[in-house]
Amino acid sequence: MAISKRVVLHFPSRSVDQPIIYRLVRDYNLVLNILKASVTPKEEGIMVLELSGARADYDKGIRYLQEAGVRIQSLGQDIMRNDARCTHCGACVVICPTGALALDPKTRMVDFYEDKCTACELCVLPCPPRAMEVYF
Amino acid sequence: MIKTIAEINEKIGRGQAVVVTAEEVIGLVAKKGVERAAREVDVVTTGTFGPMCSSGAYFNLGHSKPRIKVGGGRAYLNDVPVYTGIAAVDVFLGATAIPDDDPRNRIHPGPFNYGGGHVIEELVAGKDVRLVVSAYGTDCYPRKRLETWINIKDLNEAVLFNVRNAYQNYNVAVNLSDKTIYTYMGVLKPKLGNANYCSAGQLSPLLNDPYYKTIGIGTRIFIGGGMGYVAWHGTQHNPDVLRSDDGVPRRGAGTLAVIGDLKQMNPRWLVGTSMLGYGSTLTVGIGVPIPILSEEILRYTAVKDEDIFAAIVDYSGSYPQMSPDVVGEVSYGELKSGRISVKGKEVPTASLSSYPRAVEIANMLKDWIIKGEFLLTEPVAPLPGVKEGITFKPLKERPIEE
Ligand code: SF4
Ligand code: SF4
Repeated sequence: MAISKRVVLHFPSRSVDQPIIYRLVRDYNLVLNILKASVTPKEEGIMVLELSGARADYDKGIRYLQEAGVRIQSLGQDIMRNDARCTHCGACVVICPTGALALDPKTRMVDFYEDKCTACELCVLPCPPRAMEVYF
Repeated sequence: MIKTIAEINEKIGRGQAVVVTAEEVIGLVAKKGVERAAREVDVVTTGTFGPMCSSGAYFNLGHSKPRIKVGGGRAYLNDVPVYTGIAAVDVFLGATAIPDDDPRNRIHPGPFNYGGGHVIEELVAGKDVRLVVSAYGTDCYPRKRLETWINIKDLNEAVLFNVRNAYQNYNVAVNLSDKTIYTYMGVLKPKLGNANYCSAGQLSPLLNDPYYKTIGIGTRIFIGGGMGYVAWHGTQHNPDVLRSDDGVPRRGAGTLAVIGDLKQMNPRWLVGTSMLGYGSTLTVGIGVPIPILSEEILRYTAVKDEDIFAAIVDYSGSYPQMSPDVVGEVSYGELKSGRISVKGKEVPTASLSSYPRAVEIANMLKDWIIKGEFLLTEPVAPLPGVKEGITFKPLKERPIEE
């Protein structure tokens, strides 16, 4: 059975220079689509991926990642914006790795594109009025 | 062309005043020129909506039966400590106060989910708030403990009193180090990962009156959704900074202390705010009307984002170390484009101050004036201006010897 899932990978700083993603493709036969990556040397790296392949390969690949010290967030949860609390300040647009929170240059309002949101939760605490809410 | 505030108020009373926002006036001047625009326009409204930490409120709680002397004791509103060192039942709640048991930055960055700013928001929203007091007891104030719900409508006075708001320009914060930092200017990613700014720019009150020619003590303003006044110049008011040829400060300069009846305000314009790893605060909405008394004053209000410059400051180095170094300068026009160039690198920008909400404030104030619900006041005294001997001093430490 083939599956396709969107996941957020948090790489600990020590693994950033290892060819983890390369091995994921080569050894586990997975097709991946990198939606966003932000990897800084000596810092935790974050990568948002769409992983597709056979179910068995997918499970093995995930296990490999876990063993390599990568924290994996599945996207079985949802992020919603509480529009009554959002002040449209714009603080989140440099935090969101996928462009789900983006400034409309005309209205200067911050639009939330749910379809682009991977529920990585990176915006939740940096949002000053705490308008981004997590639902399980 | 010289107009007076009294003449403008007469026009407001007759429903004939011409009022535009500080954004609209830019196009108007471009189309009609300064001279004609100054003749036509009576008032330009400004607005700003951003986190303002030097905010707070004082309350008179009313006397319990038997009496309790809250003064000199300890008191909490929803677990947030309030200042009790004034009289018996007057207390002051600061926006950055946090509960004694808040984990703070023990696990860095602390979330600072709840503090004084949030209590102010809840009070203004009409929610009940828990008051807990412990006192030492006196012959005339015998009670030592008090625990009760309170509501803003039952308080004798509830007054917002912010000692420094509406900064005339502000730093643009960046991080040159190689780790993420958590500041009052937001999360700053390493190696110039982002640049955060916090000003409404062309709509910001004091950027439209750079030399404080109309805004002074006693100026009636929009504050927190209600009406209030400029009470004094704000703390750290510092007019003698670097200015552009048009007089607009290129650094943080003037500030306002403002006051207003909290009971008339609205939680849409006073929002409890959490700065990750830094603390809790209050996002405040302020709007100031500028009477167009002369062409010169109108010319100031027509300032646009492209002509307002701010200093880029490294919050991983020079800011915490109190060094005056700046990384560069950038205009609000560039900042609002979403990307600026710093040290040859393209850096995405983010704002902490909400421009759409600043526009909304300027428009609300405009409506109030057009409808005759808001009259302008004559300042009773000017704010300290340029070359009037104001300096912004650092703390000079003197060792205490035993
Ligand atoms: S940081 Fe929060 S309040 Fe500001 S625009 Fe983003 S979601 Fe809205
Ligand atoms: S959770 Fe927030 S930061 Fe993550 S993708 Fe969704 S909107 Fe962007």
